Amino acid sequence: MKQPRYYRRKWFDRLMLGLSALGAGAAILIVCLMLGYIIVHGLSFINLQFLTSSSAGPGQPGGGMRNEIIGTLILVGLGSFIAVPIGLMTGIFLSEFGSPFTASAVRFATDILAGVPSIVVGVFAYAIIVRPMHSYSAFSAGIALAIIMIPVVARTTEESMRLVPDSMREAALALGITRWRAVISIVIPGALTGIVTGVMLGMARIAGETAPLIFTALGNSFGYSGMGKPIGALPLQIYRYAISPYKNWQQQAWAAAFLLMILVLIISLAVRWLSRKRQV
Amino acid sequence: MDTVLKSLVSQNTRANVSGDNIMVAENLRAYYGSFLAVKDFNMGIKTKSITAIIGPSGCGKSTLIRCLNRMHEVIHGARVTGKIFLDGDDIYAPGIDPVNIRHRIGMVFQKPNPFPTMSVMENAVAGLKLTRVFGRRSEMEEIAEKSLRQAALWDEVKDKLKQSGASLSGGQQQRLCIARALAVEPEVILMDEPCSALDPIATLKIEDLMRNLSQNYTIVVVTHNMQQAGRVSDMTAFMMMGDDRAGILVEYGRTDQIFTNPKDKRTEDYITGRFG
Repeated sequence: MKQPRYYRRKWFDRLMLGLSALGAGAAILIVCLMLGYIIVHGLSFINLQFLTSSSAGPGQPGGGMRNEIIGTLILVGLGSFIAVPIGLMTGIFLSEFGSPFTASAVRFATDILAGVPSIVVGVFAYAIIVRPMHSYSAFSAGIALAIIMIPVVARTTEESMRLVPDSMREAALALGITRWRAVISIVIPGALTGIVTGVMLGMARIAGETAPLIFTALGNSFGYSGMGKPIGALPLQIYRYAISPYKNWQQQAWAAAFLLMILVLIISLAVRWLSRKRQV
Repeated sequence: MDTVLKSLVSQNTRANVSGDNIMVAENLRAYYGSFLAVKDFNMGIKTKSITAIIGPSGCGKSTLIRCLNRMHEVIHGARVTGKIFLDGDDIYAPGIDPVNIRHRIGMVFQKPNPFPTMSVMENAVAGLKLTRVFGRRSEMEEIAEKSLRQAALWDEVKDKLKQSGASLSGGQQQRLCIARALAVEPEVILMDEPCSALDPIATLKIEDLMRNLSQNYTIVVVTHNMQQAGRVSDMTAFMMMGDDRAGILVEYGRTDQIFTNPKDKRTEDYITGRFG
């Protein structure tokens, strides 16, 4: 005997399964199209000269992204240098030391910080650093990127430290070890792959940020000239070149986009490799 | 009286306990927030003996034993009133750092919990390595070997000292945890159901070990297992949940007396298996 409305339910079931498969397919298609498009447009302009020479003027042949590649590495380094200690300590506080009330207040604050649009972070860094110092600077850009990175590091640190069972903390405390020493020597080693994963995710995130750099780094085609001076960066240069009317600049924007994508891709692959290692 | 239990107790060769109390609890009360878990506890623990704490589930045995080395307060909202004296000094007196107390009163937990990121050797000396600023390598190795021997584990692990502590069997892990506690040279060792996660053979090994250790150390053991209390302990304390759900000490005395001639009706009911 058939259940009531058997065919209708059966077809609805099939329809919904089909739709979800379609959605999954669309997501993959978008990734493939974007990767393909960037590879087609960008890969052919990647060569040694592109990687090693400074930018050329509009319409001039040659030129490269050396200064912007170095700039991005410096900015990601500086941002991480500021954000990792702060984020790590925040994560440790959230997981180990905060009372439920203060921890949830701090957690709420980091969530808000994580949700602040990056352009707002840029304007903020502009207002409190660039304006008073009367100069765009690598330093201000590093601060802006650090602000974006801190909540990422803090929350992943907290979450991976929480995965370390309480029995480990108790074992350490019962040996007469101080809480801080237990955190450093027992909890953090157990959570290390998770923490490193969080730091790398944060680095991938800030490597591609453009909006905060417009107000802070400004761009600098002469190469690194000090922390207090403007500095170039790949995403910034992609933005500048892509909207320019010059053919060779547009081509270089594609090549730079390709480069940036490879950088982020390498970081994500490393993250996947690390997190798989953790499960074993 | 259960004859099996009687015969178990009679095997206990060290039933005559004399000596002073190394620890004394006075009017001890332990809370979780506003919930009173252990009520008005008064008890002395004799030097270099094994004291077993028995009683039905949820009667506050584990809470009590965690009060003895100030591990109870580690839980958020948990607090203790009353006094516990160790060698005559109140460990709950103001200005006493629980870190120093825990150094003198070691603890072994229900589930073996060696540090998975450390090797067998590092686990054995973890308490020293993480409290002393410096420690010579040769000295550490000496202490590790000594405490692993004391824990009757050395012969089984001497060829795998570099392996992770988590690679050992459950029983070996628990003996590693005992070695880790011994390396700090505590005066008292607390054991919170140390065999409940182990098979019978591993359990017997731990019990033998406890008998040997009691020549030099004072041991307090919480156990679900009455036979175990009968086999290893010199003194037995029977706890129960009162009408207000707070754990109370019903009877405390020499193990042979508790098992063969309990004074309290409730102890007798529990020992003979009428409840619990």
